[in-house]
Amino acid sequence: MTAAPATTASAATTPGGASPIVVRSWKAPIAFAIFTVIAILLFFIVGRPDLDGGNPTTIYRLSEARDAIQLPPLTLGLAETTIVVVILMVAATIGAFLLARAAVRVPLWLTTIFAVLFLVGFLTWAAAGATVPMIGLLAGALTVSTPLIFGSLGGVISERVGVVNIAIEGQLLGGAFMAAMLGTLTGSPYVGLLGAMVAGALVSFVLAAFAIKYFVDQVIVGVVLNVLVLGLTSFLYSTVMVPNAETFNSPEKFERIAIPLLSEIPVLGPILFRQTVIVYLMYLAIFLVWFGLFKTRWGLRLRSVGEHPTAADTVGINVRATRFWNVLLAGAIVGGGGAFFTLAAVGSFGKDMTNGAGFIALAAVIFGRWDPIRATLAALLFGFATNLQSTLSIVGSPVPSEFMLMLPYVVTIVAVAGFVGVSRPPAASGKPYMKA
Amino acid sequence: MKLELRGITKRFGALVANDHIDLVVEPGEIHCLLGENGAGKSTLMNVLYGLYQADEGQILLDDVVQGFTGPGDAMNAGIGMVHQHFMLIPVFTVAENVMLGNESTKPGGLLDLEAARAKVVEISARFGFDIDPDALIEDLPVGVQQRVEIIKALSRNANVLVFDEPTAVLTPQETDELMAIMRQLRDEGTSIVFITHKLREVREVADRITVIRLGKVVGEASPTATNAELASLMVGRAVDLTVDKDPAAPGDDALVVRDLTVTDHNGQLLVDGVSFTLRRGEILAIAGVQGNGQTELTEAIMGLQHRVHGSIALDGEELIGRSTRGVLDAGVGFVPEDRTEDGLVGEMTIAENLMLDRSTGEPFVKRGTLQLADLARFAAEKVREFDVRAQGITTRVGRLSGGNQQKVVLARELSRELRLFIAAQPTRGLDVGSIEFVHKRIVETRDAGVPVIVVSTELDEVVALADRIAVMYRGRIVGIVPGDTPRSVLGLMMAGETPAEVAA
Repeated sequence: MTAAPATTASAATTPGGASPIVVRSWKAPIAFAIFTVIAILLFFIVGRPDLDGGNPTTIYRLSEARDAIQLPPLTLGLAETTIVVVILMVAATIGAFLLARAAVRVPLWLTTIFAVLFLVGFLTWAAAGATVPMIGLLAGALTVSTPLIFGSLGGVISERVGVVNIAIEGQLLGGAFMAAMLGTLTGSPYVGLLGAMVAGALVSFVLAAFAIKYFVDQVIVGVVLNVLVLGLTSFLYSTVMVPNAETFNSPEKFERIAIPLLSEIPVLGPILFRQTVIVYLMYLAIFLVWFGLFKTRWGLRLRSVGEHPTAADTVGINVRATRFWNVLLAGAIVGGGGAFFTLAAVGSFGKDMTNGAGFIALAAVIFGRWDPIRATLAALLFGFATNLQSTLSIVGSPVPSEFMLMLPYVVTIVAVAGFVGVSRPPAASGKPYMKA
Repeated sequence: MKLELRGITKRFGALVANDHIDLVVEPGEIHCLLGENGAGKSTLMNVLYGLYQADEGQILLDDVVQGFTGPGDAMNAGIGMVHQHFMLIPVFTVAENVMLGNESTKPGGLLDLEAARAKVVEISARFGFDIDPDALIEDLPVGVQQRVEIIKALSRNANVLVFDEPTAVLTPQETDELMAIMRQLRDEGTSIVFITHKLREVREVADRITVIRLGKVVGEASPTATNAELASLMVGRAVDLTVDKDPAAPGDDALVVRDLTVTDHNGQLLVDGVSFTLRRGEILAIAGVQGNGQTELTEAIMGLQHRVHGSIALDGEELIGRSTRGVLDAGVGFVPEDRTEDGLVGEMTIAENLMLDRSTGEPFVKRGTLQLADLARFAAEKVREFDVRAQGITTRVGRLSGGNQQKVVLARELSRELRLFIAAQPTRGLDVGSIEFVHKRIVETRDAGVPVIVVSTELDEVVALADRIAVMYRGRIVGIVPGDTPRSVLGLMMAGETPAEVAA
């Protein structure tokens, strides 16, 4: 009896039996090659004919006037930068082809380096003859990303517990509306934030009730909820808020709080640590969701319900209650993110002001493979793409602004479709749990 | 702990799944619950485990009446269950699965994984298991997964342990090991309820046997009873356990498979260089534990797999590269292993299901229009011929019992002119009466001169039907042996070994 487990255990290494046939994936090298060709076309064929004479330079400003430690700006010449970048990109592409031919997966670090190279080349080319405020670019990216990150954290929790949350958009919008309304009425942004969380949880409540109790298709409920919240907030906005903006739609915004010492770290300090309470809460939320999901009893039970609800039931976990409360929690987190629009970014509510952020957050959940940290990074990527577009249009780039407006969405599609490939969602996500 | 069920009744609508069932399991005994598929064994155990609420009756542990409202209550009372379909989360580790629902935590809800690992190691050591507490469940073979289920139950101090059809997924050798574990548990004082429909296992391990039929207890039997006695008690009439068949009269080679290889999208080999020849008028049974490439082999012949290399020649015509339509047109009949998933459309009527593979032309479609009158005539005839018990040909297939569903599939596949017939798990989940019927039709098909492949994980079925037996293990054919090869030899082959008498 002791010998048998050993032989069966060895079978574990190759489930289904037999040695694997070599698989070569050409996706990464081909993508590299396409981007290298684009780079060569842009930098050398198109070039910057609008700038006449000499070798234009791009200035990267690394400090702001109020920073205690001033870093000198970085100046890159267009010709030498693009040549170096393209040479390195060609090298990386050749490397990727060699790796693929040897049936080795192209490692993530190579992809990252390649992306950074392309970005440096592109920025230098697009902003040649001008100054790029790096702090502004990155801090702006964080601002755009903040609601996306809240949205994707809520999405991760909801999907991990087994309920597809298409309603992130509605939860964000509901949160934004309620924050503006309550924030104005009470004069306290903190009450507004709390109200936003309640609003998000309320949207979640409808989703949870229909999906968990009545087994209605979760995707359909989510889509309908988005439309419902959009309609409701738009109606209340035009009938209540617009005529009485002073009473209902002029909330006090959260103050930016600079954290002593940390905010003086060059480059990173002004970006990360001169922010509002909501952003600091976001840092905390990212950590807590990650820690909670993977290190605590709450997370273990939550994940078990999303993977195999019957198994969870047989060990005495109440599947429906677990789903219900965690979907509510997810809604509250997303709703809190919605408050960022009205209490930190804009300062008042506007019709459909989330403008699809919830769907980008949903893409970040998938791109981040249902992991809170990876989803956060994905949300940051989308936020960066969005802010890059607006920064470049201010700096004055040769790319038509209509084209640049597509950038965040192109990045979303390429990221979700191309680089993720086949990813595995929680096994029971979207499936109602019915029992006799 | 002594377990007693008194007058348990459970109804699903008009169906009475359990009808006043009484059962007493004494401490330290292995009590077998024997019954056909659908007799109500699993329902009874789900009532015991708190997954279902009984409509009437009581559950007593050590003579104290229990009121379970969920599995949590049952577990706290000391009842553990090893489910037929393992209740393990594939992406969790062994330790995480064992602790789930019963987690020991440090302050702040932080999981104490160390404690869980220690528990796994401790219980493993008691039974001589070799299990890595940090292995992911999905990487473990089913036999090991089952041991994790046992550990999970024991880690909650179960005094009553229910095994629900535990041997369905095991090789004969693993089954023997499981029996040994059950005996060891019994000797330590655990009460064991062993649910099964396999007579041999019952006689080997049971201390007492209770037989259930159609939701009622029909009697107790002693472990010394013969197979025939147990079977007639289980089915309610005398049962002929052997399949009547004359020796095969094989003709020419019909199907020649050479170096067949099937890979999945990751490049894993599912079928690995399989070669065999099948003659007209013979039954080749493909034996093996579930998941050793049998499914993929049949799907490759049917044109349902994409990454296929080698050669499959039927009467000299190559089948690889043909669409499934093309394979069907070549005269291949196929009973898929999952009839509700792949064999039938549950929402469609019997008549519609009977024409599913002939929807492209005559006789049932002319000028793009269904010939409903022809179809009705055909369906009525087949329903009679195959003894499908249904209200009429317009009954939705999803409402039929498993046996009647399988008869519809057989009727459809056998009503064409066949040059090859493939039946995958043809009797899985069927009652004894239907099994007899299906076996009879398969032998008749053989006798009509059609080459037949039967894929089965049930050794009894393999031995009963086969003229020759090919045993598959990890995508390979371990060997092709005559139909009268002893079970012990087949068992070894199913574990991948090649016994001396086969090699010779």
